[in-house]
Amino acid sequence: MEVVIALAIGILFGAGIWLILRPRTFQVLIGLLLMSYAVNLFISVMGRLWVDRPPLVLGKGLPDPATVADPLPQALVLTAIVIGFATTALYLVVMIGARGLTGTDHVDGQEPEQ
Amino acid sequence: MNPAWAQHLIMLPVLLPLMCGALLISLNESRHQLKFFVSLASALSMLAIAITLVWMTDSGQWPRGIGVYLAANWAAPFGIALMVDRLTAVMLLLAATIAIAALLYSMQRWSRIGVHFHSLFQFLLMGINGAFLTNDLFNLFVFFEVMLAASYGLLLHGYNATRLRAGIQYIAINLVASLLFLIGVALIYASAGTLNMADLAGRLPGITGDELVLLKVGVAVLAIAFLVKSAMWPLGFWLPATYAAASPPVATLLVMMTKVGAYVILRVWLLVFSAEAGAAAGFGFNVLLVGGMATIAFGSAGMLATEAPGRLAGYTAIVSSGILLAVIGYGQASLISAGLYYLLGSTLALAAFMLLIELIQRISSSRAEMLALTMEAFAIEETPEEPVGVGIPAAVAVLGLSFAGCALVIAGLPPLPGFVAKFGLFHAMLNPDAPNASVTPVTWALIALIVLSGLAAIISLLRFGVRTFWAAGDIKPPRLPATEIAPIGLLLLLCIALTVQAAPILAYLQRASDDLHLPAKYIERVLSQPAVPGVQQEKEAP
Repeated sequence: MEVVIALAIGILFGAGIWLILRPRTFQVLIGLLLMSYAVNLFISVMGRLWVDRPPLVLGKGLPDPATVADPLPQALVLTAIVIGFATTALYLVVMIGARGLTGTDHVDGQEPEQ
Repeated sequence: MNPAWAQHLIMLPVLLPLMCGALLISLNESRHQLKFFVSLASALSMLAIAITLVWMTDSGQWPRGIGVYLAANWAAPFGIALMVDRLTAVMLLLAATIAIAALLYSMQRWSRIGVHFHSLFQFLLMGINGAFLTNDLFNLFVFFEVMLAASYGLLLHGYNATRLRAGIQYIAINLVASLLFLIGVALIYASAGTLNMADLAGRLPGITGDELVLLKVGVAVLAIAFLVKSAMWPLGFWLPATYAAASPPVATLLVMMTKVGAYVILRVWLLVFSAEAGAAAGFGFNVLLVGGMATIAFGSAGMLATEAPGRLAGYTAIVSSGILLAVIGYGQASLISAGLYYLLGSTLALAAFMLLIELIQRISSSRAEMLALTMEAFAIEETPEEPVGVGIPAAVAVLGLSFAGCALVIAGLPPLPGFVAKFGLFHAMLNPDAPNASVTPVTWALIALIVLSGLAAIISLLRFGVRTFWAAGDIKPPRLPATEIAPIGLLLLLCIALTVQAAPILAYLQRASDDLHLPAKYIERVLSQPAVPGVQQEKEAP
C-alpha cells in the first residue's frame, strides 16, 4: 500500500510541476490543482497508513491510542483542502480577468515573438 | 491591572481587524469617508494595543515577559497557543505604524479606485498580526494564507494589465510556496508528533536517526516557503516586478510582508535550532548566511542596473531582506539586537520610500495620465473628484528633502538610523561573543558586502535624485495633498526618533534578543500556561 500511495503522490506532484512550468495560465492552474491534491494526500498519510482504525472513538472512558488512527492529519488536511480550494478559485478569477484584459492566455500577458 | 482581562489583549490584534474587515464589506462603496474612518480607527486601536503590549512585556506584567493566550482554553501543546514577547510586541507596533501611514496615504485617492480596499487591508493586517503572534506551525500557515489571500486582492487593486500580469505570477509563486509550507508542516508532524513550536523545540533533543533526517527535510522545505516571502536569492525574483506593479499603499504593506518572512525565520530558527537542540543545533545557519549574502549582492546589482523607480525600491527591499537573513544566519547572539534595530529603521524608510516614489513620479507625469493608467480596465464611470486638501507650498523642496531622508536611511549614512544599525552590526561582528575567537574571512566578506550595498544604494539613489530633481529641466510642482505627504513625514520623523532614542530602543531590543536566546525558558513558559478552570471541570470534579 505504501508504494501505491507514494507513487500516486509522486506522479501527481510531478505532473503538477511539469504543468506549472507551461506557458498557458490554464495549464498552470491545472498544475497547481494536481500539486495540491498530491500535498493533501501527503498530509493525510503523514499520520501513518493504517487499516481498520477509526479516527475517532465515541464512547465512555479514554480510548487506547494504539487502536485509533491519528485524527490530527485529517483535521489538517481538511483545513488545507478548504484553503487550497479557495485560493485556486481566486487564481481562476484572476486568470479569467487577465484573459479578458490582455486578450491572451499566456502567463506573460503577451504572446512570445515568433 | 487585572491579568485575566489583560490576557485577551493578545488576541485582539487578530480579532479587531477581522471584525472590522467584515463590517466594512457590508458598507456601500459610496460611503468611502465612513469606511476610511472605521479602517483608521481599527489601525489606531491596533497601535494602542501594540504599545500596551510593548509596555506589558517589558514591565514584568507577565512571568518572563511572555504572555500566552490559549485559544479555546486548550492547554499547549494540544490547542493553539498565541504568544507575545518583546519581539512580537515590537513587530506588532511596526505593523500598526506602517498600516496607519499606508491608510492615510490611500485616503485621498487609492482606496477609491476599486472595491473593498479597506476590507482587504484589514484582513491583510489580521494575517500579519496573526503570523507574529502564533506559536503553532499550522496556525502560522493559516495566517500566512489569510495574509496572502488579502495581498492577492490588494495587489490587483485598481486593476490594469501590468498589475494583472504581476498578480498572476505573484499568486502562482505563492500558491506553490504554500504547498511547500504544507509539505514541511506534514513532515515535521510525522517526525516530531507536534506542531506547537515550543513543544517542537522541547522534543528536538530527543529526536535521532531517521526521524531527525525527516525533520530536517521538513524544516528545510518549510524554510523555502518563508524564504520566498522574504525574497532570498534565488527565490526572490518575483519581488521587484510585484512591488513596481502594486499601488503605493499596497507596496508599503508588501514591504511589511517580507519582514514577516524574516521574522518567522528568526523566531523558528533561534527557538528550534538553538545551542540546546542537541544533534540538530545550528542546522541551516550556513545556508541562511550564504543565501543572505547572495541576496545582498543580487539586490545591489539590481539597484545599479535598474532605472525604474518602482523596481529600484523593490531591489532596496531585497538588500534589506538579505542583510537580515545574513545577520540571522551569522548565528551570533550579540548581532541580533542590532539586526532588529536595522529591521525597524529600514522598514520605516522603505515604507516611506514606496509612498514617496509615486509623489515624485507626479513631477514628470501629469495627473491625468496616471489616472488613465490605473483606471484603464476598472471601468469606473465617475472619476474620483479632484482631491480637496491643502496643497503644500514648495512641493518639490518637500519631496526632495523626504527623498534625501529616505536615501540616507537606506544607504546607511549618518545621522539617520541606517547608520546606527550598520555601525552596531559591524561592532558586533568585529567583537565576537566567544573568547579568543578571531574575526574570520566570512566576517570580512559580510562587512564588505554590506558596505558595498550601501555604496550601490548611494549611487543608484543619487542618480535617480539628480535626474528627477536637478536635471529634469522644466519641473512642474505637483499638488501635494496634506494627507499624502503627512504619512511620509510621519515615517521619517519616526526614523529620526529611532536615532535620537537609539539607546533605550537598543536596550529594549537587547532584552528581546536575550529572550530569543533562552529557548528553554520560552518552552517552559508556553507549555506551563494553565488553562482557565471552566464550568465543566468544576461539575465533573466531584
